Amino acid sequence: MYGFEALNFNVDGGYLEAIVRGYKAGLLTTADYNNLCQCEHLDDIKMHLGASDYAPYLANEPSPLHTSAIVEKCTQKLVDDYNHMLSQATEPLSTFLEYITYGHMIDNVVLIVTGSLHERDVHELLEKCHPLGMFDSIATLAVAQNMRELYRLVLVDTPLAPYFSECITSEDLDEMNIEVMRNTLYKAYLEDFYRFCKKLGGATSTIMCDLLAFEADRRAINITINSIGTELTRDDRKKLYSNFGILYPYGHDELSVCEDFDQVRGAMEKYPAYQGIFAKLSFGESQMLDKAFYEEEVKRLTLTFEQQFHYAVFFAYMRLGEQEVRNLMWISECVAQQQKSRIHDGVVMIF
Amino acid sequence: MDLFRSEEMVLVQLIMPAESAHDTITYLAELSLLQFRDLNPGKSPFQRTYANQVKRYAEMSRKLRFFHDQVAKAGKLAYRPIMENVTNLDELDHKLGDLESELLEINANNDKLQSSQSELMELKLVLQNGATLFHSTRHLENGQQLQSVLDDPSLEESVSRPLLLEQEMQTEPTKHGRLGFITGVVPKVKALSFERILFRATRGNMYLKQAPIDELVIDPATGEKVEKIVFVVFFSGSRARTKITKICEAFGANRYPFPEEPNRLWQMKSEVDERLSELQSTLDAGIYHRNNVLNNIGYSLEKWTLMVKKEKAVYHTLNMLSVDVTRKCLVAEAWCPVSAKPKIQDALQRAAYDSNSQVNTIFQILYTKESPPTFFETNKFTSAFQEIVDAYGVGRYQEANPGCFTIITFPFLFAVMFGDWGHGIALLLAALYLIINEKKFGSKQLGDIMNMAYGGRYVILLMAIFSIYTGFIYNEFFSVPFEIFGKSAYRCRDPSSSIASCMDASTAGLIKYSSTPYPFGVDPVWHGSRSELPFLNSMKMKMSILLGIAQMNLGIVLSYFNAKFFHSAIDIWYQFIPQLLFLNALFGYLSFLIILKWCQGSKPDLYHVMIYMFLSPIDDLGENQLFWGQRPVQIVLVLLALVAVPWMLLPKPLTLRKQHLQKARGQAYGVLDGSDTEDLDKGKEYEVEGEEFEFSEVLVHQMIHTIEFVLGAVSNTASYLRLWALSLAHAQLSAVFYDRVLLFAWEYSNPVIKLVGLFVFAACTVGVLLIMETLSAFLHALRLHWVEFQNKFYLGDGYKFHPFSFNTLSQDYEDDT
Repeated sequence: MYGFEALNFNVDGGYLEAIVRGYKAGLLTTADYNNLCQCEHLDDIKMHLGASDYAPYLANEPSPLHTSAIVEKCTQKLVDDYNHMLSQATEPLSTFLEYITYGHMIDNVVLIVTGSLHERDVHELLEKCHPLGMFDSIATLAVAQNMRELYRLVLVDTPLAPYFSECITSEDLDEMNIEVMRNTLYKAYLEDFYRFCKKLGGATSTIMCDLLAFEADRRAINITINSIGTELTRDDRKKLYSNFGILYPYGHDELSVCEDFDQVRGAMEKYPAYQGIFAKLSFGESQMLDKAFYEEEVKRLTLTFEQQFHYAVFFAYMRLGEQEVRNLMWISECVAQQQKSRIHDGVVMIF
Repeated sequence: MDLFRSEEMVLVQLIMPAESAHDTITYLAELSLLQFRDLNPGKSPFQRTYANQVKRYAEMSRKLRFFHDQVAKAGKLAYRPIMENVTNLDELDHKLGDLESELLEINANNDKLQSSQSELMELKLVLQNGATLFHSTRHLENGQQLQSVLDDPSLEESVSRPLLLEQEMQTEPTKHGRLGFITGVVPKVKALSFERILFRATRGNMYLKQAPIDELVIDPATGEKVEKIVFVVFFSGSRARTKITKICEAFGANRYPFPEEPNRLWQMKSEVDERLSELQSTLDAGIYHRNNVLNNIGYSLEKWTLMVKKEKAVYHTLNMLSVDVTRKCLVAEAWCPVSAKPKIQDALQRAAYDSNSQVNTIFQILYTKESPPTFFETNKFTSAFQEIVDAYGVGRYQEANPGCFTIITFPFLFAVMFGDWGHGIALLLAALYLIINEKKFGSKQLGDIMNMAYGGRYVILLMAIFSIYTGFIYNEFFSVPFEIFGKSAYRCRDPSSSIASCMDASTAGLIKYSSTPYPFGVDPVWHGSRSELPFLNSMKMKMSILLGIAQMNLGIVLSYFNAKFFHSAIDIWYQFIPQLLFLNALFGYLSFLIILKWCQGSKPDLYHVMIYMFLSPIDDLGENQLFWGQRPVQIVLVLLALVAVPWMLLPKPLTLRKQHLQKARGQAYGVLDGSDTEDLDKGKEYEVEGEEFEFSEVLVHQMIHTIEFVLGAVSNTASYLRLWALSLAHAQLSAVFYDRVLLFAWEYSNPVIKLVGLFVFAACTVGVLLIMETLSAFLHALRLHWVEFQNKFYLGDGYKFHPFSFNTLSQDYEDDT
């Protein structure tokens, strides 16, 4: 694939690229969000979405709607889109598409393990899992008592297995361990995905590596902020950062010694890419950081569609779709709880 | 001439009182003569006036869809009429709600029963299969201890061995006493990973026996039929039990108790059987009840669906109307044909009367600059031809409609390429079959291709009739000539022998003996003669040019009618006249020469005449002279053609520019003096028109148009030669199939070979000539109409009239189901 995308990309990827661009054109626009924000009931939302690509998924929902039903159906649409693309894809696109789901798999594993730690019903937990991150024996996760068992029993069959090599300990699972495990897995996953994209070469590699670098940096910052005030040592913290991205390696050194939010801000303001994000936040305000990052991410993801003949559009569409579902969830919640004034706090406009 | 110009349309405004609005729209929809305009384009669906009603009907149609699914799932039922007849929609809404909850309840009950039934079913299967499983294990147990079963060759995995030994050492003393087992059922697709996980979880310290169930089993949780297996897993220790239980849960494996003693087993079996039969009868009763309910629904489902759809459509239309501030009346704007006004007014009055409204709907005409939609009233015969034109582009409002001429020219040009009366008769039979069974086909869903043939059945009919006609002219019947219209004008040189037995027919040729030619079409003796092809080619080529020039002239003349209709003198003087002159000075003259040559029977070279008419117009024509004074006529014609080009190019843009400048000046004066009312109107008009006039753009446009026409005159005429080429190809193909297949096979005396030859001939005739050739001739005729004919006058940038109507809704319903 090196360099000659324009010549041979369409042989295998042309159809799917057209499909994904079509899907992307179906995403809700600012005008749609403005209309949605004016809705008074969940039925209004259903009616409005009746004019969008979600129509067939929502049309047969009985009338007293719940937020969960809307979110479930919209997610279902995204998953159907994904499965359609996956079933059409050939190598290496199919592997690329599979990589996209690994993040959800990690989240699902963590969700189930945490849930079963708190003695929750497995089926209830399964319903909460993201359908993109499902694998065969996911329900069996509840049986495991420690990391080693977890690995040996279930995960050895899944694509996550190689990522586990770093975090196999015989310690019993507890909250802290699980969180560390999540981040270690994520680190391994991102690095692996990064390597894979590098290997693909061409525009895919350029664009995807940028996106993944952003993702890695965002995780590094989040880890830092979340671990402030916990018993995680500096070295352990540093071990969780992915070994690539703009912040690697010097930014990581600075992040690992941060003790409060303002120190993080101080460290990040040296990096032009993140300066803008932190400049938007007033001092001491860390809650809005997530939204600021989401907005930045959405901006970057939409930009991927400006270029042709690369795989990053698939990644971007899936991410944008997830963002859209999050937006719809927020709007529906706000409408359902009569908190319309807060709608704009949580919505990240895509276009 | 209804088809020549589209119906005159007006924009009307309807101001209706809010209480009678619904009835009014319903009546108008039944009339289906109004196309409503959306007056609130900026409003989102839920902000509109009747959003709640639309939502309600969406909900009702969701319920109806649910019923539809349920009825479809239940299969074909004998519908029985129900007692009450629901006409009121509020009642219907209630009824639908009641029925839905009733149905949901029944379904829930049935599901519960079904799942317990399938659980029992699974238990029964476990009991049946388990016995054999246990039997085989016990058999082994008698000989050896179970622990050696674990070392059985079938289970001998090198990984498990050391672990096993380790485990055994720990648990050996207590093992025999606490050997537990779990029996259950697991879906076959999951069986493999189930076994693997079990093995890993217990570190190989278990023994799994499984037996497939032959028939499909209904899964209690999902109600779907899946392949399953019965398993028995033996293990030791209570920790293993909890682990295995958890794994079973995770895999959706249903666990069932299994008694060890044989008599207990037997007892349990009979219990299960008893309960199963009980459940079955309850279930049957439930299903009977459900079918009853569905019967009632199914009977009127279609009617209800249509009712709800109609209501929904009415409210959708009502949402397009703008609401008066006082909310007392609704204002609608709609296009309608002028001729339909009395009908509409009548419908409005009836609506007002029926809805007991005190005020009638006000119906008034609005004047607008917007271009109205194009509407032709077609019938089943003309609609297919109009479709052919509309596929290229819907005509601009009231411009000359080529559809009117297409009815004859299209099938005729097709037939020129498809001239064979044998094939024509075959095509005619097919068309007649479609037309005679019109009603039968019309009421049911046809396939894609069949639908196309059915839609164009009258086109095919005309094509077939014209093919028969041209077939007689070409004198071809499956490529065989017949002497039906009289005697041939030629005979053999040797007067004693007939043409068929003439020895030197293909060498020395025949001689003409009769002064009157063959009365109709081509003389049959040309067929198979030495000069057949040169003769036919020359004839068909000239004929194609004549037809083409005639059709293109018709196109140009139509542009005159358009210009006259729209009062555009510029187009007549600077477009129509030079175009007509240019085309006829060159190719019109050629046609004239062709006809003259046919009449005279002289032998001048027409190519030479046409070429040297331009290269050296003053030279002597010599033997190519056809008539007296040909040279000066040719010089005049060349000069005319040369003059026509700048005539087309320059005056029109210049005149337009002059007009524009005058208008602009006139506007400046107009504002100063003039009465108040007129002045305002005029000012507005100028604003709309006057703004965008770019001289260079108009000039470039005219230049393109001129170049296109001048080049087009040559290339379009050449393009009509496809008539000749395709008819030649058709004749040659059918001759090949006849000579090389049918006659070849006929030479053998073996009837089987004859039969095979006949079969191959028939297959080739139908497949290649009747289907593929029809398609290709159709396409070429289509192109000749769209490009060569219509580009002379047809703008085709209008939009179709889509009246709001219930008819399209009921069709939709049929499509859905």
